[in-house]
Amino acid sequence: MVDSGANVATRTLPLSGVHGGSSVVRLEAAAPAERINLRVRAEDVAALSAALGVDLPVKPKTSSSGNGRTALWIGPDEWLVFGDVRTGLVASAAKSGALHSATDVSHRNTAILVSGPGSAAAINTGCPQDLSLDAFPIGACSRTLFGKVEIVLLRTAEDAFRVEVWRSFSDYAFGLLSEGARDAAL
Amino acid sequence: MLLIHCPYCEEDRSELEFRWAGEAHIARPENISAISDEEFAEFFFLRNNEKGLTYERWRHIHGCGRFFNAARDTISDKFLMTYKAGLPKQPVPASGEGETR
Amino acid sequence: MSGSSNSGAFRIKGAGRHTPARTARFTFDGKTYTALEGDTVASALLAHGVHLLGRSFKYHRPRGILTAGPEEPNALLDVSRDAARRQPNVRATVQEVFDGAKIASQNRWPSLKYDIGSFNDLLSPFFAAGFYYKTFMWPREAWHKLYEPIIRRAAGLGEAPKEGDPDHYASRYVHCDILIAGAGVAGLTAALSAAATGKKVILVDEQPEVGGALHYASTTIDGQDGYDWAQATAAKLKAMPNVTVLTRTTVFGYYNHGFLGLTERVTDHIALPGKDSPRERLWQVRAKKVILATGSIERHMVFANNDRPGIMLASAARSFLNHHGVAVGHSVGVYTAHDSAYEAAFDLKRAGVSIAAIVDSRSNPGEAVLSEARALGIDVLAGHSVKDTSGRLRISSMTVVRNGGANARKIKVDALIVSAGWTPSVHLFSQSRGKLRFDEANQRFLPDVYAQNSISVGACNGTDDLAELIDEAIAAGGGSVAVSGENRFEWTGGMIGAAEGAGPEHAVKAFVDFQHDVTAKDIRLAVREGMHSIEHIKRFTTNGMASDQGKLSNMHGLAIASEMLGKPIPQVGLTTFRAPYTPVTYGTLIAHSRGELFDPARKTPMHALEAAEGAEFEDVGNWRRAWYFPKRGEDMHAAVNRECKTVREVGGVFDASTLGKIEVVGPDAAAFLNLLYTNAWDTLKPGKSRYGIMTREDGFIYDDGVVGRLAEDRFHVTTTTGGAPRVLNHMEDYLQTEFPHLKVWLTSTTEQWAVIAVQGPKAREIIQPFVEGLDISNEAFPHMSVAECNVMGVPSRLFRMSFTGELGFEVNVPADFGPAVWKAIWERAQSLGACLYGTETMHVLRAEKGYIIVGQDTDGTVTPDDAGLNWAVSKKKTDFVGIRGLKRPDLVRDGRKQLVGLLTKDPKEVLEEGGQIVADPNQPKPMTMLGHVTSSYWSENLGRSIAIALVAGGRARMGETLYVPMADKTIAVEVTDMVFVDKEGGRING
Repeated sequence: MVDSGANVATRTLPLSGVHGGSSVVRLEAAAPAERINLRVRAEDVAALSAALGVDLPVKPKTSSSGNGRTALWIGPDEWLVFGDVRTGLVASAAKSGALHSATDVSHRNTAILVSGPGSAAAINTGCPQDLSLDAFPIGACSRTLFGKVEIVLLRTAEDAFRVEVWRSFSDYAFGLLSEGARDAAL
Repeated sequence: MLLIHCPYCEEDRSELEFRWAGEAHIARPENISAISDEEFAEFFFLRNNEKGLTYERWRHIHGCGRFFNAARDTISDKFLMTYKAGLPKQPVPASGEGETR
Repeated sequence: MSGSSNSGAFRIKGAGRHTPARTARFTFDGKTYTALEGDTVASALLAHGVHLLGRSFKYHRPRGILTAGPEEPNALLDVSRDAARRQPNVRATVQEVFDGAKIASQNRWPSLKYDIGSFNDLLSPFFAAGFYYKTFMWPREAWHKLYEPIIRRAAGLGEAPKEGDPDHYASRYVHCDILIAGAGVAGLTAALSAAATGKKVILVDEQPEVGGALHYASTTIDGQDGYDWAQATAAKLKAMPNVTVLTRTTVFGYYNHGFLGLTERVTDHIALPGKDSPRERLWQVRAKKVILATGSIERHMVFANNDRPGIMLASAARSFLNHHGVAVGHSVGVYTAHDSAYEAAFDLKRAGVSIAAIVDSRSNPGEAVLSEARALGIDVLAGHSVKDTSGRLRISSMTVVRNGGANARKIKVDALIVSAGWTPSVHLFSQSRGKLRFDEANQRFLPDVYAQNSISVGACNGTDDLAELIDEAIAAGGGSVAVSGENRFEWTGGMIGAAEGAGPEHAVKAFVDFQHDVTAKDIRLAVREGMHSIEHIKRFTTNGMASDQGKLSNMHGLAIASEMLGKPIPQVGLTTFRAPYTPVTYGTLIAHSRGELFDPARKTPMHALEAAEGAEFEDVGNWRRAWYFPKRGEDMHAAVNRECKTVREVGGVFDASTLGKIEVVGPDAAAFLNLLYTNAWDTLKPGKSRYGIMTREDGFIYDDGVVGRLAEDRFHVTTTTGGAPRVLNHMEDYLQTEFPHLKVWLTSTTEQWAVIAVQGPKAREIIQPFVEGLDISNEAFPHMSVAECNVMGVPSRLFRMSFTGELGFEVNVPADFGPAVWKAIWERAQSLGACLYGTETMHVLRAEKGYIIVGQDTDGTVTPDDAGLNWAVSKKKTDFVGIRGLKRPDLVRDGRKQLVGLLTKDPKEVLEEGGQIVADPNQPKPMTMLGHVTSSYWSENLGRSIAIALVAGGRARMGETLYVPMADKTIAVEVTDMVFVDKEGGRING
């Protein structure tokens, strides 16, 4: 093995350097995260919850957090679990000993943090879901559409959301959110 | 734009999140390699395309990702019910022609 | 006439609700006018005595203002701020005046007053309904050369701006419990009631202010002037957290399941809009319940020459007077079949306008209005009709005759206000798929059977009595509130169809549809010519087909047809009401979907680096892929030739990140892939990969790609770039609904990995230094190996594979690391003499090896055997998707089209893809076509052209000469196998 050039690769983040928003909406790129797409049958949910240290929610459109990790209900046997970089999600899941599928999607997705009083209005520029607090309370999450791209939406506070989006769609999502932020300020 | 009740998300969602997936309750023959040309045509090509009550499949593709079944009146576009994939064809209440107010 | 001189001589002091000191200046056909803030273009021009606003569509007749609202069919103008911000066909009765507006009339040349096109009016006997259908039938040739160009030049209303639209438009989804369409008495009352329940309410009105008919009516509500009550009520509603009030907003569509489209005009009335303000905002509303309080629209009277400027609806004249403070004339005539016009006359009379006479076609007008007319000294001619009018550019007199009598007399007027009664606005109800019933007594269609959770209240529901209307609205809102109201007069009367004086004389023009110049005679003609369905009559005459969609004309047209057919109105039927209620700009409908946001432009992690290397990009689906990398002075051809040679001679680096990737995980992963691909997967060992073909149930190729087995229970599946989403959907479909017993899950990982393909003799030498902990020698890591290893310190997946026929690797690194790894690999590759190459070179190199591209060389009718890939179809499996389809008689017959190579006799000749192939170029046309060229390139490596084609019985034709006839020549080709380079396949091992 030649050792010239065998230096360690550095990360280049999607959305690096972007900024936007308006007087009522702040838009920023989330820090890099580790993410897995987790698939578990109903009978093994408890085992995986224990192994990951976060309760996998079984109620549709809900999420839970614990152990520095957040688990989003995506479908009846599907969760998006994320945490800090190098939290070792795949390895944690493997320790459960139960049947499951954990696939690393850390780099597939990126996230945009939307905050401020105009957040819901900005997201409703392209998202057809009812984002009122009754229908979409804090902690609610859903895979849905934002304009022409698919997103996973998580409400982190009354006026704050996390928008998970595939990386090549992130410029579009950020651009449309910027338009929504501008209109929400009027 | 339709509003569709996803039996997995247990909520009404906009048609935008869904994709239609053809007539429901057409099972792939277990012995498919042995069936006759006529049986294959019946299974793969021929559809009833009924006017009125139809059973059809939808996928909540931009939601939970699940395929499910729906009974819809193609005249009024009303969904009479939706139910999970794998369940047998469900009896439905009458479509209802609307009411006088 | 008194009044503020600068805002117009017809402005009445003390009348109207505008502030005299707040003015705005605009131009109309180049002349400057002063308006008051709050004026519409219509009220501002009327204030200056301007009634002539345009020319009609077909006959170019002078036309004025017919209404004071969105139902206006006549007064369509061109309104602009600058060259790009110019909107044709704007209704003068809707557009609010803003300072600096430039307004022009349409459909006239050289000027509004002298219009050459009005010659058509003299020729009108030739332009009867159906004229175009009948006249321009033959000769056929004349259509293209003569008729169509002339008709096209003459037809069309207004002129679209040539510049792109510089404005931006917003859009928003919103949900509510109750949406209320219309903010007149009924809508406001319903809103008060609904708001009291705490439910989320949206109240929408298309006018700048709420109030509806209260703009002009003499109605007292809760002891207050109705209009003032409306404004106070709106303010109260706006202050409630659960209520949104949207004005200047039209509910244009009521669709399925409580979905409504609204367009809000945000800046069209503002002189200097803020930079961030959208021009319009699209609201996409999902409402649990809808209350329709859309009111009713007054109808005009159908009689001879009823279209002169100065003739308008009675309610419009009232709006201009009571809201805008503008008198529509000095001496106003009234022609009516309904009490409502009397109130207009009373208001005008009290404001100092002379009322020439009220001509009432009824012999028994309402007693209350009659006595008030007497008290005011207004002459009422009951049982009379207006037989005709005169005046070239504006009405100057009306000709009145006793019904059935002969002695006509002319009465001088400078305006004529008309009313045939009121048509309930059931448009939205009908759009919601509700069914109407005909109210025989009042000659109107009313909501009957509801299809959605909605309710009609007030005038649109035929509820005329104010107290009843209020009760109905409160009940619809579901809350408990008290509102009391009083009208000065209860109205009676109304008629539909042609009035006395609408013919039947041949030359009489009694207009039913103003915008499309449809007369009562045209409708009678349509019936005589055999149109018996209202849908046919509509299309034959174009009645109701203009941009106002027949809001005034439909009922009249229907009644005339009904009379001619001798059938009651419900049996003649009603044409369908369709969205949009009023025209909606394309800008609103498109909203953000333009420019950068038209469609997502998907870029790979290495996109910026490739751009910096001078890449030209091509669109592949939504992806922007590096196409080729021209060096200074190179055109595409030269760049691709260089890249093709360099890859085969040295090496090349290619961005393959867009290939679809699906992670298939679970103990039944191999069993699942066995069912979805034609190949066998249980025999594939971990650490190995295989080319797989996916067929649909019908046996035709659906997708292909290399599948690597990382572990017993984990596969890394690749798909075509364009096929990724549908392949995953196809797999999920089978997994969820046909094979749910299998323990396996699918995850899209397309974007998890940046994929750097390194191909060519020096491929191994290029990547060697970056790969850690893996022996990538031929022996340890042969062709079609796969391994997880570290590349530059990053956990990666390394494939030994080739789409060029050369020694090749595909380095998969987590996407964020793609740029760093690509940069390092490219630097080393460059130092070894390799190149970057793009999709074009990739296409040429794979074609040189006869590797197919699904979707280019296949078209959805090609089986694996047709493509020469029968080796990839397992003969041992008892089931896979497509196994039965492949046995269908047509799929196993002889003579099917098969993929083969083609070499032109002239090596310099490059065939055109899509070119048809024949055996005998001299056969008579239509020739028997044997197939077509699917791929064709110049191969610099071979110094000649190459092609792949689908040819009937192709593999049995090796060595045969076939022909590709082109427009200017016929190209002779020889059928060959598909592998043009390295037939032995040795290069793949370096």
